[in-house]
Amino acid sequence: MTYVTSSHSGRLDVLDRERPASYAPPTSFRPPAFVENSPRRRRRLGPGPAIPFGLQIGPLALVLIWTAGSAFGLLDPRILPAPWAIVGTFGDLIADGRLQSNFLTSSVRALLGLGFGIVIGLLLAVISGLSRVGEAFIDGPIQIKRAVPTLAMIPLLMLWLGIGETMKVTIITLGVVVPIYMHTHNALRAIDERYVELAETLRMSQRDFLLQVVLPGAVPGFLLGLRFAVTLCWVSLVVVEQINATSGLGYMIELARTYGQTQIIIVGLVVYAVLGLASDGVVRLLERRLLSWRRTLAH
Amino acid sequence: MAPHARSLKAVEVRRLTRRFGDVTILDDLDLDIAQGEFVALLGKSGSGKSTFLRALAGLDYEVDGTGSLRTPEKLSVVFQDARLLPWRSVIQNVTLGLGGAGREPGRKALEEVGLAGRETAWPIQLSGGEQQRVALARSLVREPALLLADEPFGALDALTRLKMHDLLRELCARHRPAVLLVTHDVDEAISLADRILVLDQGRLVEDLKVDIKGRRSHGDPRFGAIRSQLLSRLGVDVDDRSAA
Ligand SMILES: Nc1ncnc2c1ncn2[C@@H]1O[C@H](COP(=O)(O)OP(=O)(O)OP(=O)(O)O)[C@@H](O)[C@H]1O
Ligand SMILES: [Mg+2]
Repeated sequence: MTYVTSSHSGRLDVLDRERPASYAPPTSFRPPAFVENSPRRRRRLGPGPAIPFGLQIGPLALVLIWTAGSAFGLLDPRILPAPWAIVGTFGDLIADGRLQSNFLTSSVRALLGLGFGIVIGLLLAVISGLSRVGEAFIDGPIQIKRAVPTLAMIPLLMLWLGIGETMKVTIITLGVVVPIYMHTHNALRAIDERYVELAETLRMSQRDFLLQVVLPGAVPGFLLGLRFAVTLCWVSLVVVEQINATSGLGYMIELARTYGQTQIIIVGLVVYAVLGLASDGVVRLLERRLLSWRRTLAH
Repeated sequence: MAPHARSLKAVEVRRLTRRFGDVTILDDLDLDIAQGEFVALLGKSGSGKSTFLRALAGLDYEVDGTGSLRTPEKLSVVFQDARLLPWRSVIQNVTLGLGGAGREPGRKALEEVGLAGRETAWPIQLSGGEQQRVALARSLVREPALLLADEPFGALDALTRLKMHDLLRELCARHRPAVLLVTHDVDEAISLADRILVLDQGRLVEDLKVDIKGRRSHGDPRFGAIRSQLLSRLGVDVDDRSAA
């Protein structure tokens, strides 16, 4: 890599500045002379380019504070045990297989609920988004359902379905359906009038119109709903498992509470957190793949 | 196309009336456009040019009106915005609704508008002029007998607009669709069209053939004469504007 001589600098910099940051090759190199010679370099509006590992910085800082607090004896281990104690408990729980089996049970519940919820929510959204009759039948009940917190329905669902897996998966499913439906339906209905006109002048068939215009146009809405849904499925899981369960992460935490085992509670919480973050990450990844046509500030 | 074919009509409009509420926008209009004829439509803002074009395109469902319209089955519209689907690649936009059979013609059309090799780009990765060229390719690939364009270059800078004029002229010479081009720009109309119409108060108050053979330069006195005539029709005081 060679330095650009300063004789270029003024002119080149003007060109360079007008180019959006996203077009700059990753290996671009700006010699310091360049910046100094140029008139005031203006920042782009918006949050600026992404920081590497930006998402990990915050949590890492928290862990560091926690470690420091325990090391200097500022934290009472009965309230918050030291990170290394947690790691030890984590090892023990893995060694006797409890963590894995509870984790598996919980994951199956959450993923089943999420899967059913996505399928049902999408189906309802498409039916009600594409036909007025469908909307007349579906939209009202969903709005009512939205007004009733899923968790408040637990007693009723226990009477109907018992306290087994069916009840738990149903509760998670009911929670997931709402955001998926709401955001997908909204996006289907918000389709730009200009694209409808375009499809008409191109004499597109109804089928092509749906497949090329309406459904792809609703993908961003669906993904937004999915992000809410993913978070919600773990939240619902915690509640159903702590109310009436004999297995799962929630049960493990509840049992630990009875015996005052703070470490195990924290291990459970950490696992929940990791699961939540990981699933959010999966959705983001999906977003990046499916929405590569969109250039947004949050690049 | 054979000379006698040019006398056949691409468009026949009879007694076309369109109104919004109590306001009559198009008032008993008659118009014929021959096959392969390039017609430009001028008029003040709000005079009803878009209303007319939308009527021809069959996009005015909710508008009150009477009259008869005959347009060819193969009709394409170019809008002021390129109107590309952002979630479809350039080639998919060109061949929208044509299926796999449109792929090869689509590629050719892109080549014709100078965008060979950009097939897989997303619309957002193209400049405004390039997007409008994709829109042209999308129209051409359907081999329209009538091309309707509502200020297709209105959003482009002057330089790009001149290049687009050359491109459009060339494409029309090759494919010979009848064209109805709505524009604000008198010079654009004169340099492109065979015939220029002026719409005012719901009627076509001017219908003028442009008989300048070969390259039309702004310095040409006939160009200047036509321009003054059109400008005065549009209510612009010509003496105050020596060079438009
Ligand atoms: N949907 C509508 N409802 C009511 N009035 C309308 C509607 N569309 C257009 N008009 C009116 O009809 C008149 C003609 O509109 P139109 O868009 O055809 O004008 P135009 O000649 O294309 O103008 P411009 O050059 O500014 O695009 C305007 O006065 C406008 O206000
Ligand atoms: Mg208009």
